Amino acid sequence: MQRRSFVQGGVALGVLGLAGCATTGTPSKARVLVVGGGYGGATAAKYVRLLSDYKIDVVLVEPNDAFVSCPMSNLVIGGSRQIGEITTPYTGLSGKHGVRVVKDTVAGIDVAKKTATLASGATIAWDKLVLSPGIDLMWDSIAGLKDANASGRILQAWKAGPETVALRKQLEAMRDGGVYAITVPEAPYRCPPGPYERACQVASYFKAAKPRSKVLILDANQDVTSKGPLFKKVWADQYKGMVEFRGQHKAVAVDAATNTVKFEVHDEVKADVLNVLPTMRAGAIAVRTGLANMNARWCGVNFLTFESTVAKDVHVLGDSIQIAPGMPKSGHMANSQAKVAAAAIVAQLNGWPVNPAPMINNTCYSYVDAKNVIHVASVHQYVAAEKTFKTVAGSGGVSSAPNELEGTYAWSWARTIWADSLA
Amino acid sequence: MQNKPIQLAALAALLAALPAAQAQDANALYVRSLAANCSNCHGTHGRAIDGGVVPGIAGMPAPYMVNQMKGFKTGTRQAAVMHQIAKGYSDAQIEQLAAYFAAQSK
Repeated sequence: MQRRSFVQGGVALGVLGLAGCATTGTPSKARVLVVGGGYGGATAAKYVRLLSDYKIDVVLVEPNDAFVSCPMSNLVIGGSRQIGEITTPYTGLSGKHGVRVVKDTVAGIDVAKKTATLASGATIAWDKLVLSPGIDLMWDSIAGLKDANASGRILQAWKAGPETVALRKQLEAMRDGGVYAITVPEAPYRCPPGPYERACQVASYFKAAKPRSKVLILDANQDVTSKGPLFKKVWADQYKGMVEFRGQHKAVAVDAATNTVKFEVHDEVKADVLNVLPTMRAGAIAVRTGLANMNARWCGVNFLTFESTVAKDVHVLGDSIQIAPGMPKSGHMANSQAKVAAAAIVAQLNGWPVNPAPMINNTCYSYVDAKNVIHVASVHQYVAAEKTFKTVAGSGGVSSAPNELEGTYAWSWARTIWADSLA
Repeated sequence: MQNKPIQLAALAALLAALPAAQAQDANALYVRSLAANCSNCHGTHGRAIDGGVVPGIAGMPAPYMVNQMKGFKTGTRQAAVMHQIAKGYSDAQIEQLAAYFAAQSK
């Protein structure tokens, strides 16, 4: 490996406990620093270790104690799963794969010097940086939302965690005959079918516990953005008279005192439980460091390596990137992208050419109640002539109808991908 | 995929520039990253998680896997999801995947 390496400054040595590293006899051991331990970052950390046969050092910086999955978090809102069931610790990465997990956040990045500064003040040197910061919710896109959210009144629950549990509690406290309304931002946003799955989960709960209640989907987009015909059929058949979809409803303001949401064009809507999803962009660190070079919202990448188009040796994964055609912002996709990036990083650090023809796929399951599921699947190949991923003609598709078999597959998928990313 | 022969030719040219041992390592890396396409659902290295309903594919005999994948592609084997995924991979890629997983311990 031609790379020089190592920590610059004794502070980071102390923080990371890397003292043993200097005595391994490897004259120059490359280090990959991964920022963010979600589907993209955790998978990148594990697969750089696996694909380098544990020869490349990996440090993962992540502020949370454990990973809470966004996929399946709608089941916690619907009441069929508990938050603990969708939570995975980071100890698998550290214990089984030798990833150094640092509980902190990255405050700054110096691309020229190849260092990152943590909020705690420590500096870490890297040969390759992997940034997988997820999404940033643009609170200012909806007037009044930031304060309404901070007070706990109007939740997003789009980043799974405490708000997931809090939204469930709001639904449990709601009277029978009340209204739950979710607003959907203009695409692209994290998890295209997520809002519609959530509507189904809330309706499933209402049908059993509060049958006079209603679910309103107030969508900034013209139509349902994912699995449209399947969701619409479920709403018409299974939740007839309970779920209502309204397109072209772009939320512009909320009033927490009255639980009201205002729209660009249409009349305002008052709800008992108001779940507002603002416009989204790449995670804050990507925006702050200028890596979000596409409309100041998303990070442009070279799809062969997922290396940033504006910063050498900085690879960006997951929901933060400017997507290729037909590439959803999903956890499965972030995991797939991470493996392409990990292999490219291992090749580059070894001085080998990168794989000229990477492949990725996506499988996304949505629960329409506690047991029945619909999926969308796709396979994507890198097309050298167009320097992007494109779906392979004839591949992919959706379920013909909701079914219980796929319900068992979906939960198995979740447990498997959590293990594939984190254990 | 009609562009597959071109991609394989490009790959051979890339690897020809490397010393033989490194070319072998690089090629093995590409196959491992291709095989990682399967691990989201079938488990890392194709080893299924305990209690999962999606089968493990580590240690599966290569001819059996090739047969199943071709069955998914042509429609002679029914599936909920795999018929849609299998159609995304070329016969050459399926051969590589089958050889890789056959070599993995269960």
